[in-house]
Amino acid sequence: MSDSASRPETAEPIERQIVTALQGGLPITRHPYRQLSQQLGIDEDELLQRMQQMLDEGIIRRIGVVPNHYALGYRYNLMVVWDIEDTAVDAVGAAIGELDYVSHCYRRPRQPGWPYNLFAMVHGKSRDEVDGKIEQLREYVGAGYRGHTALKSSRILKKTGLRLRPGET
Amino acid sequence: MIRLSPQDCELLNRIQSDFPLDSHPFATIADQLGMSEAAVLARLQELEQAGAISRFGAVFTPNVAGASTLVALAIPEEDIEQTAELVNAMAGVNHNYLREHRYNLWFVITGRDRTELDDRLRHIQQAAPYPMLDLPMEQPYHIDLGFAL
Repeated sequence: MSDSASRPETAEPIERQIVTALQGGLPITRHPYRQLSQQLGIDEDELLQRMQQMLDEGIIRRIGVVPNHYALGYRYNLMVVWDIEDTAVDAVGAAIGELDYVSHCYRRPRQPGWPYNLFAMVHGKSRDEVDGKIEQLREYVGAGYRGHTALKSSRILKKTGLRLRPGET
Repeated sequence: MIRLSPQDCELLNRIQSDFPLDSHPFATIADQLGMSEAAVLARLQELEQAGAISRFGAVFTPNVAGASTLVALAIPEEDIEQTAELVNAMAGVNHNYLREHRYNLWFVITGRDRTELDDRLRHIQQAAPYPMLDLPMEQPYHIDLGFAL
């Protein structure tokens, strides 16, 4: 692994530069990491080792493609929000978070006028399909259920990966 | 709408997560799927050109490299367009969606830390003085490994 002392002194640590460079994505070519390492002025091996470390530390959640679900026909994308008894919410979240048609599942705080504490994103190609999935979810929720509603996305105004500007941590 | 063959689905599902971290990753994928590396690259480049791939690269864990929250605004119908544009242009805003609900504009906002996030939310409330929900993630229940096609 090359030593950072062999590079010119920069204000930004190399980890930060790697995060920034990765936010631009990787090329779909034979050696995607090599291309990125050249852009950063480091060895490919150093980049691979540092990325492995970021994966191990949980800074990077995954490496791979993000399909454009909307372009692939998943036109019905619903944010289903649930009001679940506080004592039951963790068990319910763990159960429905595992279902393959739920892409994200989070607990969030209730607010005045907003009783919902569990959020699950459900995707499908027709309204009937997603309605069927929500019915199934209702069965998983069980006794802790107090209410739910589904918010269909009517338009995507902006969809980007998590973007940080250089200097933000 | 882009139609995927069963082989396309197999390929995309394989590479949504656990993408090899080595010098020659598509060759590894090709071996696993019984395809040639050239065929894998050619098909993925076609799918990317056609708009079937949003991005290829690393997905970062929220709130590890900073702070973020989910925000909802209840905007009167006649002010939606203008407010959505204004919010879109603000620093740290991503994943901005219109949804069918009284709270009709939903977006994620990120910042260096909670203090910067609060500054950004105050700024949004000054420009868009509508009822607002600030819903930071308390607990994730799903390891996001992609979504089976």
